[in-house]
Amino acid sequence: MNKQIEYLKSRVGAGKLSRRDFIGKVGALGVAATAANVMLADAVKAAGPTKGGMLKLGVSGGESTNTLDPALVASEVPLNVLRHWGDTLVQVEADGSLTNRLAESVESTADAKTWRFGIRKGVEFHNGKTMTPDDVIKTIERHSNEDSKSGALGIVKGIESMRVDGDVVEITLETPNADLPYLMNDYHLVIQPNGGMDDPTAGIGTGAYTVEINEPGIRHGFKKFANDWDDSRGHAAETEILVINDATARTAALQSGQVQMINRVDPKVAKLLDRAPNLAIRNVSGRGHYVFIMRTETGEFVNNDLRMALKLAINRQEMVDKILRGYGGVGNDMPINAAYPLFDDTIPQREYDPEAAAEFYKKSGHDGSPIILRTADGAFPGAVDAAALFQQSAQAAGIPLEIKREPNDGYWSEVWNKQPFCASYWGGRPVQDQMYSTAYLSTADWNDTEFKRPDFDALLLAAKAELDLVKRKDLYSKMGNMLRDEGGLICPMFNDFVDAVATNVEGYEEDPNGELMNSFAGIRCWTT
Amino acid sequence: MHPVLTLVAQRLALGILLLFAASALIFVGTQILPGDVAQSILGQSATPESLANLRKELGLNEPALSRYFSWLGNALQGDLGTALTNGRDIAESLGKRFANTMFLAGSAAIISVPLAIFLGLLAVRYKDRWPDKLISAVTLTSISIPEFLIGYVLMYFISVKLGWFSSVAMINDGMSFFEKLNAIALPVMVLVMVVLAHMMRMTRAAILNVMQSAYIETAELKGLSGFQVIAKHAFPNAISPIVNVVMLNLAYLVVGVVVVEVVFVYPGMGQYLVDHVSKRDVPVVQACGLIFAAVYIGLNMLADIISILANPRLRHPK
Repeated sequence: MNKQIEYLKSRVGAGKLSRRDFIGKVGALGVAATAANVMLADAVKAAGPTKGGMLKLGVSGGESTNTLDPALVASEVPLNVLRHWGDTLVQVEADGSLTNRLAESVESTADAKTWRFGIRKGVEFHNGKTMTPDDVIKTIERHSNEDSKSGALGIVKGIESMRVDGDVVEITLETPNADLPYLMNDYHLVIQPNGGMDDPTAGIGTGAYTVEINEPGIRHGFKKFANDWDDSRGHAAETEILVINDATARTAALQSGQVQMINRVDPKVAKLLDRAPNLAIRNVSGRGHYVFIMRTETGEFVNNDLRMALKLAINRQEMVDKILRGYGGVGNDMPINAAYPLFDDTIPQREYDPEAAAEFYKKSGHDGSPIILRTADGAFPGAVDAAALFQQSAQAAGIPLEIKREPNDGYWSEVWNKQPFCASYWGGRPVQDQMYSTAYLSTADWNDTEFKRPDFDALLLAAKAELDLVKRKDLYSKMGNMLRDEGGLICPMFNDFVDAVATNVEGYEEDPNGELMNSFAGIRCWTT
Repeated sequence: MHPVLTLVAQRLALGILLLFAASALIFVGTQILPGDVAQSILGQSATPESLANLRKELGLNEPALSRYFSWLGNALQGDLGTALTNGRDIAESLGKRFANTMFLAGSAAIISVPLAIFLGLLAVRYKDRWPDKLISAVTLTSISIPEFLIGYVLMYFISVKLGWFSSVAMINDGMSFFEKLNAIALPVMVLVMVVLAHMMRMTRAAILNVMQSAYIETAELKGLSGFQVIAKHAFPNAISPIVNVVMLNLAYLVVGVVVVEVVFVYPGMGQYLVDHVSKRDVPVVQACGLIFAAVYIGLNMLADIISILANPRLRHPK
């Protein structure tokens, strides 16, 4: 019997036998369907990816105002688009390790101040030009420009000088940073010809796919780039991203076969959806978290007692149970959880405590007028319900919250990072340093809680240069505590990334760095 | 001059006048939105200097009246300006969306209008018998259910369970006409169900009204069959109210279907308008408002003219 199964496996691996026939035939040999599916997956994996075909993704998080400029990418659809056409120097993998992409080697001096990136040779841009170390330098320059609007500005601002040395780009930092390679993984830092100085929105890069259709807010279409330098990816001949912001429409599109993968499955329906025969829910716990953001320099939130009152007035476990339906874990008012290296698990978990909250509220001297909390369906899945739960638990502590529901479209440009108190989410970063540098450093563009504390910045800088891991962990612990007790972040939960993938898609692997395989699903999966 | 021509000319002139009035209202409406455009573009990062610069750049320092006339003048020449949010030419991006909206509305109208009138005639023919009751029950039920729910239900049963049509009604230039029709099948079904009842009931009521007349009795005495009486004698005399309701519903199909667009991910004009209202992209809102007003006024004018033409007393003056 084993021989027969092996034979069938080889047939299906070679594409001579359909999935259904395979399961039917091994079923006839007395193998249960689930076991047959596992065998099939092995067989297909052993045979390697199927090249060609069309892969379609239904992705939430796109707006009609999106552009192809990597500097301005801030939501899920443009990020998926970016992954299709561009590459960064290095890349964080699912297991947290760093692989070289457009850089062939990464070395640093002992003080972590000067870094040398050996640039890969013979890599071709979509416009036929060969990538040079010069393009790399120009790219970083464009993002670090004084008037740059780049989301990576906070990351590259600390660069003192750059120079080309043969095939090597040498970067000297103002202050040492042991995590620099992780920072160069930032998705904004896609290498463009001449750094994108000529036309940042051209969509020309070194990625596996060329941009064929670009209709922001509607769809994006790609074709396989024939001269791609990396043949371990880019299996489908064509891929398409449909912007489907409505959760029900997205689910239906997957169920009816319009798309083969979707992101952000509503946890409410995830378990039901998983029962459908032609698709599977793929969830992975990561570093992403759902948050309520208080701007600490705006209006009533200047008062830390009020902030503390609100932090104590939220019921975290209830949120995990009711909003995430168990697809996640409780937060502790800092953006870091156990998924990060050097996490200090001795920091006490903050619990829901209406009495203490009421005390802090009284101490804050707030005038008792309703505190306006802005939310939208698109802030995170279940954000409107979460706001309602928050309102109720705060009510029990005598703190009046008024929920203001905002339209989804424009939420990220008009409400988030602008309004004093709103619901939001963070995708998480590979290392603590990057998370803090992106959103909690005084000068960071995305410092959405307006957390501007010189002492915190100093700790962050010290941790950057600290090569002793024990000391570094201690510094991160101090920073976490500081944010937890004095920051503007209310972090009730860390969410799992919940995607749904059709069974005829192979190559999907969970990646804690982000949804849809850290947005690489389009270029790493294939259809059978 | 022929009195019909005079009447039609009058209607046209009134329509144009109305459109100007609407344009003024749209302009005023967008002006009294809280916070000016410059403020909403710059948001919290606004400094007094950058605000002043942007106001100057957008011409916000001019008096409102002169801004209105320069906007109107440009709009009349087909120049709708550029969107503030992404700097794209409004006429160009709006044109595509408008064509999509018209395609969806047109497809729904081609099915729903004849169907509604036919069902209305049928209901009159079998008045108070089971076909009449069945037609009324079904259409009234479908108009009473929110359209997004009908959309989700159709999506689940037709698209997911049966796999007949696409649940994503995304159309693009690369698709053939029939591919497009296939893509919009579900939203068209929803829209047909939503507008059917209103038109059907009006047809039924208008014809029943006419059925009381003496000439209907004469026609019956001539020996015409029930359906012939209705179609040949009653219907032409009931056209005027029916046309009015039909046009109202057509206007709805063009300007009021944003919910259906969102549910089916259809790249139409409603979604485009809502997107830009939420971003205070005033030039786009004004342009959309103007087009919607033109469609609404145009269709109602058409209804008026058709009623005039359908009236034999006006067509054949003594």
